[in-house]
Amino acid sequence: MLRVEDLRVYYKTLSGYVRAVDGVTFTLSKGEILGIAGESGSGKSTLVNYIILPKPPMVRIAGSIVYRGIDLTSITPGELSKIRYTGISIVPQYAMDALSPTKRIRAIIRDLTRGRAEGDIEEKARERLRMVGLPGDVLDRYPIELSGGMRQRVVLVISTLLDPDVLIADEVTSALDVTMQRAVLEMLASFRDTGIVRSIILVSHDIAALYQVADRIMIMYAGKISEIGPAEEVIGDPLHPYTRALIDSVPRLGVRYKTRRLTGLKGEPPRLASPPTGCRFHPRCSVAEERCRAREPPPARVGKRTVYCWLYTGG
Amino acid sequence: MGFNSYLAKKVVVYTITFIVAATLNWGIPRLMPGDPIGVLLSRFSTLPQSTEVMYSYFMQAFGLDKPLHEQYINFWRALLSGDLGVSIYLYPRKVEDILLDALPYDLVLIVPAVIVSWIIGNWLGALASVSRRLDALLMPVFYFLTSSPYFWMAIVLAWLLTVVFPIFPPSGAYSPGLEPSLSLAFIEDFLMHWTLPFLSLVLVMLGGWAIGMRNLIIYEIESNYSRYMEALGAPRGLILRYAFRNAMLPQITGLALQIGLAVAGAITTEIVFSYPGLGYLMLQAIQNQDYFLMQGAFLVIVIMVLVSNFIVDIVYALVDPRIRYTYTGET
Amino acid sequence: MNRMPAKLALANPKVRIGIMVLVIIVAIAAVGPYTTGYGPLDYTGDIGAPPSREHPLGTNTFGYDVYAQVVYGLRGSLAIGLLGGVIATLIGVAVGLASGYLGGLADEMLMMITNIFLVIPTLALLIIIAAYIEQRGIGVESLIIGLTAWPWTARAVRANTLSLRSREFVYVAKLSGLGGARILVSEIMPNMLSYIIMVFILQFGGAILYAVGLDFLGLGPTDSISLGVILQQAVLWNAIQLGMWWWAIPPGLLIAVLLTALYLVNTGLDEVLNPRLRR
Repeated sequence: MLRVEDLRVYYKTLSGYVRAVDGVTFTLSKGEILGIAGESGSGKSTLVNYIILPKPPMVRIAGSIVYRGIDLTSITPGELSKIRYTGISIVPQYAMDALSPTKRIRAIIRDLTRGRAEGDIEEKARERLRMVGLPGDVLDRYPIELSGGMRQRVVLVISTLLDPDVLIADEVTSALDVTMQRAVLEMLASFRDTGIVRSIILVSHDIAALYQVADRIMIMYAGKISEIGPAEEVIGDPLHPYTRALIDSVPRLGVRYKTRRLTGLKGEPPRLASPPTGCRFHPRCSVAEERCRAREPPPARVGKRTVYCWLYTGG
Repeated sequence: MGFNSYLAKKVVVYTITFIVAATLNWGIPRLMPGDPIGVLLSRFSTLPQSTEVMYSYFMQAFGLDKPLHEQYINFWRALLSGDLGVSIYLYPRKVEDILLDALPYDLVLIVPAVIVSWIIGNWLGALASVSRRLDALLMPVFYFLTSSPYFWMAIVLAWLLTVVFPIFPPSGAYSPGLEPSLSLAFIEDFLMHWTLPFLSLVLVMLGGWAIGMRNLIIYEIESNYSRYMEALGAPRGLILRYAFRNAMLPQITGLALQIGLAVAGAITTEIVFSYPGLGYLMLQAIQNQDYFLMQGAFLVIVIMVLVSNFIVDIVYALVDPRIRYTYTGET
Repeated sequence: MNRMPAKLALANPKVRIGIMVLVIIVAIAAVGPYTTGYGPLDYTGDIGAPPSREHPLGTNTFGYDVYAQVVYGLRGSLAIGLLGGVIATLIGVAVGLASGYLGGLADEMLMMITNIFLVIPTLALLIIIAAYIEQRGIGVESLIIGLTAWPWTARAVRANTLSLRSREFVYVAKLSGLGGARILVSEIMPNMLSYIIMVFILQFGGAILYAVGLDFLGLGPTDSISLGVILQQAVLWNAIQLGMWWWAIPPGLLIAVLLTALYLVNTGLDEVLNPRLRR
């Protein structure tokens, strides 16, 4: 469905490049929910935002994004626009204020889907709103007349109205309380199950939330992948020292830890303007060796998992 | 329901503003160092029937022999009955009559100038915001326009279009020989006199509107809803339409603040063209030390500004759903 | 919004051009009077003469040298802008900071007063104040302008204070036991400094414009000359109708250029602080 190959996306700033995404490779299969976890500044948000909306100050240094056989990095902006929404869509991090305050929901939907939808889009929207537990008359409201949670669900409905192949959900649960969080995650899963969307990339700093619905989980640290594999395995038996630290910091899976810091980790996340050499995690890693400081670890296959750590390279 | 309570709140605020303005008007001559009231009174002593005037008006409004609070109450009593005193410059005409004669000239100048500059300025600002080349070209012009004193713009236009190219008449609201009527000849003559002062106001105000609009649109294009639309592949034209719509709202609020400045601009512009509105009257009042006329003009200007603010409030409430919501949905 | 490094500000082309123009104008005011043999009120013997080598901006109806009037008048106008701008900025910042930081009833009262004075047209108010003052110098004119021009600044500074007050560093300062006034002075003020500079730039220009307006109505300084006074005389004595453009146009042009430069600096600083405006 979607294949990202050695993608490097940097931010161009006055004082040089910030290496937000630095050599990321993964595949999103049909029907899959892929969870991407990491601390803030790990590059996960940059990664998904670049996939849907590549624009300055983000700069692609290398790599490709292949969707249905098309390399998105080599087509024109116009062609890319056509793939957005119907092919790849997003529920953004800022879903609470993703809607123009002076337009009714109906008008926003009409404008966004003009010329791109078949059939009675309003009827479809009404039906979808019912699916997420909202009355159809929401269409007649202005965004300000809706609560934050309602707005987020409206955005979820709008983003999926054209039945996209890939839905990117960026930190959709972080602003919600635990019950709402669960409800939104279940909605996402049901959207996948009923075929409204084919596959989902779910980005969150909350690994516990990802674990509830993701089929596979990808852990990012300082612009790189540390570990990617089936959710059960990554959570149940983390291989990468960073993954382990991340999971240890969650007192009990299924409980929110948003405000907690990573207890098992000393030091600060690296500055991405000048990242450490070798494995980027080595300054904070308790089992780091000489080679970790010198060279970047190559990907190592362990069962269905890929781990970027010298411990598993078999050497 | 919500709309009414919104308007009621505005009426209260503007009433308080008027009371403060009127009180200032009453208090300033009494607060100033020296003996301004004495100066004021002495201006009348040279006029015929001065004693009569003194007794009819001053005993009410400026009865200086009475305690301050009584002077204040008398002042309001006179004010509310529409008595603004007698003019020295146009003695023995009543100040309120003189002002009412002048007011239409201000309205016919300021209202169209504000509206026209608002429309053109917003349009040009929007153009600048979408085209980088136009932006670089137009912005310095806008800054220059908004930096120009109104009356200097009037001077430049007067020099260019009445002296270098004598197209328009240099002064007055209509030619001396004509009587105001609805005849075609008079209307044409009136418009010819009206054009230059109108144009001076439009040119200066236009710059400010354009700068505001340009910056607002740029902010809106960077806002989250624009990003979301872009992420869903919305065409640029649609995103710009949304941005424009949202940028309009602060510009409508801006109208309220601009009106005060436009009135000030009109005062000085009218002087350049001897256009017989409040501004021209103000100058006559200053030159003749006609304090009642001056203070009356101040009050009329304040009322004019308050009324137009109120109109802007109504318009704003009609176009911004947020106002309606705040005043209905909060409970 | 952090303290703005001057270097970063100067990297902005608008700031550079604006400051360059300002420097030139200030230089004219400083050096100008020494480049002419005439005082602003010296009778030159030529009446209504167009610009020439002897009189770069010609002479007016009274035989005064317009160039001499302009360079001396510019000094007056800059002085009023500076003084009036400082007073208005000080009052506006004080009211805005107090209002934003104190909150509650004090905030409501201060903002009500501010909003009232925001609506009352400043020039009209200035006219009736100035008309009752018989002897008006530059100091008095600056004072009354400063006393009437502050409201928008108070409102803007209040909004800024509110956004700063909610930031983390103020919270930390509170935790460490600093008193309200200390926090205001030691934490909020420095963070607002760059903003206040921008406000002052606008108040400086605003004061010059108000002063020019008052002067033009004949309510300017009674004892000295300013650009507005020159323009008033020019219009009063029909300079335009008599074709003496050199008398009526240059003083206003100088004001417009001066204010454009101020706006450029202000906008440039704004772009440095809010990168979103940059293009």
